[in-house]
Amino acid sequence: MFPTPIRKTSAPTRAFYYVALPISVIVWLLPLFAVALTSLRSIEDLNRGNFWGWPTQTRFVENYTAVFTQSPMGQFILNSIIITLPAVAGALTLSAMAGYALAKYAFRGNLALFSIFIAGNFVPFQILMIPVRSLMIDVFPIYDTYWALIIFHIAFQTGFCTLFMRNFIKQLPDALIESGRLEGLTELQIFWHIVLPLVRPAIAALAVLEFTFIWNDYFWSLVLVQSDDVRPVTAGLQSLKGMWLASWQLISAGSIVAALPPVAMFFLMQRHFISGLTLGATKG
Amino acid sequence: MALTPALLLAPALVVFAIFVIWPIFSSIWLSLHDWDGIKPQRFVGLGNYRELIGDHVFWTAIRNNVAWLICFMLAPVFGLAVALFLNQNVFGIRFVKSMFFFPFVISQVVVGLVFSWFLNAQFGLLTEILSRFGLPPLALLEDPRWATFAVIAAGLWPQTAYCMILYLTGLTAMNPEVIEAARMDGAKGARLLWHIVLPQLRPATFIAVVVSVVGALRSFDLVAIMTLGGPYNTSTVLAYYMYEQTFLSFRYGYGAAIATVLFFLMDIYIAFFLWRMLRAERA
Repeated sequence: MFPTPIRKTSAPTRAFYYVALPISVIVWLLPLFAVALTSLRSIEDLNRGNFWGWPTQTRFVENYTAVFTQSPMGQFILNSIIITLPAVAGALTLSAMAGYALAKYAFRGNLALFSIFIAGNFVPFQILMIPVRSLMIDVFPIYDTYWALIIFHIAFQTGFCTLFMRNFIKQLPDALIESGRLEGLTELQIFWHIVLPLVRPAIAALAVLEFTFIWNDYFWSLVLVQSDDVRPVTAGLQSLKGMWLASWQLISAGSIVAALPPVAMFFLMQRHFISGLTLGATKG
Repeated sequence: MALTPALLLAPALVVFAIFVIWPIFSSIWLSLHDWDGIKPQRFVGLGNYRELIGDHVFWTAIRNNVAWLICFMLAPVFGLAVALFLNQNVFGIRFVKSMFFFPFVISQVVVGLVFSWFLNAQFGLLTEILSRFGLPPLALLEDPRWATFAVIAAGLWPQTAYCMILYLTGLTAMNPEVIEAARMDGAKGARLLWHIVLPQLRPATFIAVVVSVVGALRSFDLVAIMTLGGPYNTSTVLAYYMYEQTFLSFRYGYGAAIATVLFFLMDIYIAFFLWRMLRAERA
């Protein structure tokens, strides 16, 4: 193990480590604590210039209620859910199929197709922006609807998901698939009954990761929708900043509300999240 | 049997081709035109690119993207440092690791708002801390010299968290016998890290550098939230300048030209990544 386990070090080093650990967490998350504290403040505190001292009164319930009653925040959150869930499901479905085809069938152009999915996953969004927006307005008239964001996220995230799925399925033994063929299963039955149950860990990891990516998207929320009825919470929060101006206690409370779903997802599914994110960090 | 892979691939290929591949070519073609988004497009050849060469905001954006790239290379370094600090089996370490990873999970919009609040010259926490030491407030986000670096600092926060988790996974997967053998031979501290540990962490380093380069070139959210490219366009980056020219100045062709430049810059890294991946594939 590197560095040397702290149990084997000298007493002063050990003491220093145990003190430094909690302090480092506090310093690292200081900006977040500041926001959490601000979200509890009263407007009087802020007007009086008490930004960083202890709040004179806590306004937890009032501030968080205000976020939902004085702004469309509830609607924004709902929009984000309506967009994110089908987009994740769609990207996973398409990429499980494509990933299996690329991993277990030898055909001409296999690596070339795989490379296209990898490369597409890195392109800057701006090179897609104008044509994608035009497509959503003119060709499929779904601009400013949930569908515009759902369809685009499915298409774009399919690149990353296919890369992930293909590499995962590639590691499954070919003998499993061969034995399916020997037993007379059709190709689709093999995919459904043999491959899919085995890729469940990859699906779990990708689902958590994609939920976070899509939930946190800001750019496409600006480009593909514009009305409050469909706007996701990231773009919604930014628009509230204009409306609330100096009401930092409300902006802070709103930020925390917007950040909660992916944070909850992360803490509930931490193992899957990290295994997805670190794919390839130990080999390759 | 030949039909099966085609059927399985078809849906993914169709949506990917329509919404990712075709738009790239469409944008490059559009960059050779003048277009306000409404009236018919007018072909101008390389006119937009000629204009870019004389556009000082474009060069500011390039310079800032380079600054992002260079500074973002600190993320793997910091990430490794934090990972080494946290790679211990002590009580509560799992929780501490989660806390360090936290900034990566929240949206960049929230990160941007949090840092705007932190750096606010009138009542930000930074000003508060400086005043405790008797120092005057710093208006970093309003200062043409520092605005970009203040935004980059906000970007480094989640990026360091990302690199940290890559290194933590790498450290956990490392072969402990190699480390012990090196210790027997008398290697320790920095020498052990440099000669034995880092070579084993190369896959993690590779991914950390790639995601940091892509993150630096993609930077848009934080600029849009924290400075809107200001003051006086001094903190703009290609991704943001493109958006601004297209939707705020209605110069779609010019915006497409900026996006094309960004795309070709990114291609250098995409090509490098693909080359490495495919080489590993053949081995």
